[in-house]
Amino acid sequence: MNDPERAVVYDMAVVRGFAISALVWGGVGMLVGLVIALQLAFPDLNFGPYFHFGRLRPVHTNAVIFGFTLGAVFAGSYYGVQRLCRVRMFSDTLSRINLWGWNAIIVAAAVSLIAGKTTSKEYAELEWPLDIAITLVWVVYAVNFFGTVATRREKGLYAAIWFWIATILTIAMLHVVNSLEVPVSAWKSYSAYAGVHDANVQWWYGHNAVGFLLTTPILGLMYYYLPKQAGRPIYSHRLSILHFWSLIFIYIWAGPHHLIYSPLPDWAQSFGTAFSVMLILPSWGGMLNGLLTLRGAWHKLRTDPLLKMFVVGLTFYGMSTFEGPMMAVKSVNSLSHFTNWTIAHVHAGALGWVGLTCFATLYYLIPRLWHTQLYSVRLAEVHFWVATLGLVVYVTAMWTSGVTQGLMWRAVNPDGSLAYTFIETVAAIRIYDLIRAAGGAMYLGGLFVMFYNVARTIQQGTVEIPEPTPALAAVPVAGGN
Amino acid sequence: MAYEWHRPLESKSFTFTVLTLMAVSVGGLALLVPPYFLQGTIVPVEGITPYTALELEGRDIYIREGCNNCHSQQVRPFKTETDRYGPFSLAGESVYDRPFLWGSRRTGPDLQRVGGKYPDSWHWLHFQNPRNIEPRSNMPAFAFLSRRELDLSLTSRKLRVLADLGHPYSEREIENAAEDARAAMGRAADSLRADGVALSDTEAKSEAIALIAYLQKLGTAVTAKPVRSVALREGP
Repeated sequence: MNDPERAVVYDMAVVRGFAISALVWGGVGMLVGLVIALQLAFPDLNFGPYFHFGRLRPVHTNAVIFGFTLGAVFAGSYYGVQRLCRVRMFSDTLSRINLWGWNAIIVAAAVSLIAGKTTSKEYAELEWPLDIAITLVWVVYAVNFFGTVATRREKGLYAAIWFWIATILTIAMLHVVNSLEVPVSAWKSYSAYAGVHDANVQWWYGHNAVGFLLTTPILGLMYYYLPKQAGRPIYSHRLSILHFWSLIFIYIWAGPHHLIYSPLPDWAQSFGTAFSVMLILPSWGGMLNGLLTLRGAWHKLRTDPLLKMFVVGLTFYGMSTFEGPMMAVKSVNSLSHFTNWTIAHVHAGALGWVGLTCFATLYYLIPRLWHTQLYSVRLAEVHFWVATLGLVVYVTAMWTSGVTQGLMWRAVNPDGSLAYTFIETVAAIRIYDLIRAAGGAMYLGGLFVMFYNVARTIQQGTVEIPEPTPALAAVPVAGGN
Repeated sequence: MAYEWHRPLESKSFTFTVLTLMAVSVGGLALLVPPYFLQGTIVPVEGITPYTALELEGRDIYIREGCNNCHSQQVRPFKTETDRYGPFSLAGESVYDRPFLWGSRRTGPDLQRVGGKYPDSWHWLHFQNPRNIEPRSNMPAFAFLSRRELDLSLTSRKLRVLADLGHPYSEREIENAAEDARAAMGRAADSLRADGVALSDTEAKSEAIALIAYLQKLGTAVTAKPVRSVALREGP
């Protein structure tokens, strides 16, 4: 077992499964996103009890967060942890349960949300039976992951694994605490917390879902796949240490910035603001560690669409982790809160940082999983440009929309009376909803290009392993700094 | 090297995991636990009552249809907000809210103080098609709510669960929850008919009636009487 010369046959079936399911859910989730964007501009596109904005919005968020993003994270971490530990996954059975169990949950989530089975708590809408199922599958993932780490043949744990460990632990904690509820029937429950306490717990969860589903596991992907693709070691091991520990410690405190000027106690709101501002440093530490990894390899950016995705993704990470702390400052929050500025902020992170990093990871993985070359680098290049332009259009429209509406809400006449009725502020931002839908359609179009590219790649490849993959020597671990 | 102290940790996966767990636990404990013990987190609002059986069913429909995705129930303490909506939200108002429904985006207006703002018949027509009342509205039509009979089979059980969680429902209210709701629906239907809304028998027992009852309750614990500490200025 400890013979370093012995070839390891890695389990790639689970990685293939999650790579495909991530793409499928990405298509579903983003398509629903486009539909609900259009529903805002054209209310007659809302249909009956099942297909109106109120029920479809959580379908969009759940599909893109838990289906697409987490699918890519499962794929990327299952692939990465085996190589970083130089050992096959702890248990093939657990891997299968993880793959099929998780995807069954996402199907059940979509169906139950359309059926109106929801707790209303954002990104935790699923009712209690699914909460229990999520907990069980998450435990399966944890046992499998930690089992692999425990049986590893590589002494040190690389930074990507740290971020995945933090993800597994924190998501378990957040999910269990926020989902405590008392069932009334099979598909109805009441929260264990009421009012202010419920809000406090929910946004501790909600903010850290961003932190530990959309940040730390994606940083794990970045730490593994960016150095691989660039052919350069990560810029600074010291910076990895510094920003890992500070990021995970500080993130947890920032939740109350979702509740500024709410009935939550002032001291808690102030903690939220203070820790949000502090978050700039560890966030930018991660961004810089990624970007500086390309020192000496910047020329590769000209020809490599994957590196372009990583770099633009990191840039949007840096941008939105600057914007977020600013929005957590009370005076800015008084303007931005409840407006589309929040939607702009979320999508700068989600489409820019999370989306592009996941795409790059999947583009890296898929040819390797099917033992072939990417069908068309040119089409990946097209995907990159269409997605980037689309997300810039989207985010710019929503910024403008948010600031416009926020300013109109607070505008007063010389005599001090309100200058605009609410409906006037709705009418004023309709044009931005249309532009946003166009931007979102471009981003989705880019994904369709990827579908074609991936399908052709798989078509020309094979899942048969030509020969056992030898336990590879050194993955990039640390730079000279 | 300055980071050499960290090296041993990187080869001890158990210790590393425990330290990670500790790092992510501190903030949550510090923010979530004290509010339960600190005086002043929730100042009781006088006259606040738990939702009646019909209002509770209406609230569950509000949740089911995802109304909270577009409507906040949280008025912030700014003059432009209190002018537009009414007194700002107080912690004591949501003690019977499981879950809380403060919302995060105002695609439509805040609803914290919507109770009593419009007559029932306004809401009825508005649900049929919001554009009947406001042509520029982008709210979906919820006409189907007036065609679906309200399901009262779980009402008693719902009150029981909430009573177990500390909401002050009497044994009588719990046992007669469905009948109470039916009676309240009858009164609401009568008042709608008196307002000139022609209701069929199904419509008179529909989910829309319950949702309207919930909306009419919203915020009234504060707006129903003068609250010196909140209404710092004269009304609009």
